[in-house]
Order: sequence, then C-alpha cells, then structure tokens
Amino acid sequence: MATAGATAGLKDATAIVGIGQTAFARHLPEPEKTLACRAVLAALDDAGIAPGEVDALASYTMEETDEVEVAKALGLGDLTFFSKVGYGGGGSCATVAHLAAAIATGQATVGVAWRSRKRGSGPRPWRNTAAQLPTPAQWTRPFGLLRPVDEIGMLARRYMHEYGASRDHLFNVALACRNRANQNPAAIMYERPLTRDMYMTSRWISEPLCLFDNCLETDGALACVVVSAERARDCRHRPVYVHSAAQGLPSQHHGMVNYWNDDPLTGPAWTAARHLWKHADLTPDDIDVAQIYDAFTALIPLSLEGYGFCGRGEGGPFTEGGALEIGGRLPINTGGGGLSEAYVHGFNLVNEGVKQLRGTSTAQVPGAAACLVTAGEGVPTSALLLRS
Amino acid sequence: MSDTLLTPVHDEDGAPFWAYAARGELRVQVCADCGEPRFPPRPCCPRCRSFANAWRRMSGKGRIWSYVVPHPPLLPAYAAQAPYNVIVVVLAEAPRIRMVGNLVTGPDAPLDSVPPDRIRIGTKVQVVFGGDGMPRWVAERS
Repeated sequence: MATAGATAGLKDATAIVGIGQTAFARHLPEPEKTLACRAVLAALDDAGIAPGEVDALASYTMEETDEVEVAKALGLGDLTFFSKVGYGGGGSCATVAHLAAAIATGQATVGVAWRSRKRGSGPRPWRNTAAQLPTPAQWTRPFGLLRPVDEIGMLARRYMHEYGASRDHLFNVALACRNRANQNPAAIMYERPLTRDMYMTSRWISEPLCLFDNCLETDGALACVVVSAERARDCRHRPVYVHSAAQGLPSQHHGMVNYWNDDPLTGPAWTAARHLWKHADLTPDDIDVAQIYDAFTALIPLSLEGYGFCGRGEGGPFTEGGALEIGGRLPINTGGGGLSEAYVHGFNLVNEGVKQLRGTSTAQVPGAAACLVTAGEGVPTSALLLRS
Repeated sequence: MSDTLLTPVHDEDGAPFWAYAARGELRVQVCADCGEPRFPPRPCCPRCRSFANAWRRMSGKGRIWSYVVPHPPLLPAYAAQAPYNVIVVVLAEAPRIRMVGNLVTGPDAPLDSVPPDRIRIGTKVQVVFGGDGMPRWVAERS
C-alpha cells in the first residue's frame, strides 16, 4: 500500500470507511441543517469513528449548511482542513478528492464530505431571476433558455443530430436507472417501474428531453468518511480505497452552456478522465460498475465517451442490448442514480460506489472490485476511481 | 416574480454588445491586436493575452446549430408563449461564435411565432432587431 508522500500521490493512500444518508423524499419535514447533521453522524457511526476525531470537512459551494454549523452541532474537534467545491453537481467527487489530498499530505486525519439539500420541497433555483447562475445569464436567459434542462437539451439535440443517437438510447439510460431503483427500497422510485411506452408518451420538458430524461427533485442528505489507508484497516467495514481522483475544467469550457468553443460535445469528462486514468493502474476495461452523474439521461452517452468506455459518437449505441443493466457491459447507477433513487447533487452516486465495493448494494454486481464514480458532465467536474 | 420577459442584465464586458444591439447592429468583440473574435466578451484575448479590443460588425447571417423547445414549468411570461423555440446560431463570419436566440417570423413577433416542426439544424438565418433592442433571427429567404 502506498504511503503518503510527495511522490506517492493519491493512489490508494486513503479510503472511504463510512457512509451515511437520511431518507429520500419529495418532502422531508426537517431542515437542511438537521439533515446534514444526521447524515454526517450516520457516516461516522458506520465508520466507527467518534465525531471528536473529525478534523477535516468538505462540501459544495452550493451547500447551505457551512462547516461552522456542522462542527458546532456535532461537537467535532479542531478542524485543520475545510474546503468547498463549486459548480453544483460537478463537485460531488471533488469533495472526496480534496479530503483524500488533505489526508495524504498530512493536513488532516479524519475527513467528512457531505451534501444536504431540500431540492424536492424547496424552490427551483432557476426561478430566482436575480441570481447569477454559473450561466452568463445575459446571453441566454432573456431568450427563454431558463433551466438546466434547456441548456443541456441544446447540447443533447446537437449530439443526436451529429451522431444519430436516438430517444431509445436515452430511454435505455432512464430504464437502467429505474430498474436498479426498483431493487432499492430507499429509492424514491422503488415501487414504480418504467416502460418504453410511458417514456415515449410522457410530456416534454424541453424538446428533445422529456419528463423521464430529467432527474428527480429530492429532499435528503448524504455523507462519507475518508481516512488514511493505515487507519482504514481499523474501521468497521472493508475499506474502499480512493485509487485515483481528478477534477476537470477544459480549456475554453463554459459550464452548462458550453456552446462557445471548438468542440462543444467534448466536455469536462474528457479532461477529468485523462488525469484519472493517467494516475491509475486500471483502464476502462477493468471497471466492474460505474456511477455516472445523471441529472439528465443525455449526460450518460457523453460521459461514456469522455471516460473512455467507447469512442466519439458511440455513447448512444453503447447503451443497446442491456449494456447498462446488471450483467451488461457496464452496469451503471446501481442504486437508481439521480434519475430514480434521489437527486442530491450526485452524492448518492459516491455512496453507492462504496456499497458496491463492500458487496452490500441492493443491486450488487458480483465480485465488483473497481468502480468509477463521476460528477456532472457539462459543468466543471470531478471523478473518482474506487477499488476494494 | 416578473410577468414580462427577462431583459439582459449587462456586465461591463457585455455592455457594448447591447449598446450596439439597441442601434440595430450585431457586433462581436475582437482582439484589437491579433484580430481573434471571442464570445462571450471578456477582458483579455485568450490567444495573445492582449487587453485591447474592438467590436466588429457582423453580417448577421448564420445557421442554426441546435435548438430546444421548452415546455412548462417556466417563468410566467415564458409559459404564456410555450412551447416556443430557443436556437443557437453559428455566425457565418465566425464559425466558433454561437449565439443563443429565437427563430421568429419578424422582429417583434412572439417567441412561438414559428411552429416547432418547421425548425431544422442547418437552416440559414438572418438577425433582426426588435423594438426592445433584442437580436432575434428569421429564416433567410432562399
């Protein structure tokens, strides 16, 4: 096992040893701060680590509960590292990556990453016309490009036009996520199967994307605990090692509305992937299961290309023949993902990756030993390679 | 919550674009040293790092690169016109510059004035300016 040091890098130097989550629902009665506290405590309990030992925190810039509030409420110890990552769902994996870097370099010993969000019962962010979203609003919003689905729909239409990807390909993504949610009692869509007829006849949200191309709107919170590989051996569960980690902001990229560079259909996934694989002993062929950020179905074909599971333009056909289902070439989003388990800015994908490598997923891939987890494509992003 | 369409919230870099638009001119920021056009406007040329810039007038011709047709839930003024189209236009003189807009039947026509099934990627379009100073796009007569 690699030890922390200037030349050793991040490879397997740290591990995720605890995961926690609240219930997921369209509406939870408790406030976000309370949900954050419950998720963090659940993750620490899962790890068998006392809250007083926590000395690092990481979350999203969009997280409403700050480090001071979490640390005060939970009686955490002295914090020596705390970090927040921007760009919404692009930051999910980076929260873990920042903790891994801090712990591998001796800045901290026990880190907790979390996300708590009442997106189900709270307001839709795009309704706040005064807020300057990552989008440069003056160039898009007056024309009625108002919501994330409109912005990504624009790229999806072009992608379908250039490569012949079809609505059936997008349905394959929605169906795989829904099928896994149907196996996961914690998922919002646990008892609600999806059919092709339901998909093809559902209402449009922003053509070419329909209702089932969109993620859920969820209240919920999740957290995970990161420690050194040495420390991990003393925790309650089998360690899940952070084998490789990357962030990605490509040259001339523009979050969500990436219309203004030479090749808008290659995004942050490509940049993150180059770094991720460069520092890994694994290749895409070694990945047993993947948790791919799915705010919209159309992000999956793009991510499959970006992370090297197929070539340019092949992301649509890749989804055919049950490839994304259990037993397929690359089972994805095995808890149901943002489309069908819960949309908590992708943090449930991190925890589901850990469950797969512990062997405790509700849709377990037999013998899963390596899992790719990604954050949002289409925004400055991040990714993790986890291994058991 | 406003019941009218949103108006552009200018920043310092973007203000010249809207000032020219109010005069019915489509202009794009270019580097005054190396001539490279850039959009959205920004303080420094990403190619040669010059801070000197100018605003070059475009012919206003372009092609539709992609489009969406939003349906509710939307802000009220947009929901009232939904389903409408939003297009991205590639400018003829600057193929890396793509502008978000609407395909309409005339300068002051509503956002839903062109039926969605009439919109095609690749269609040639021409900019027009409404009384509100907003650039919009009409299909070029072939």
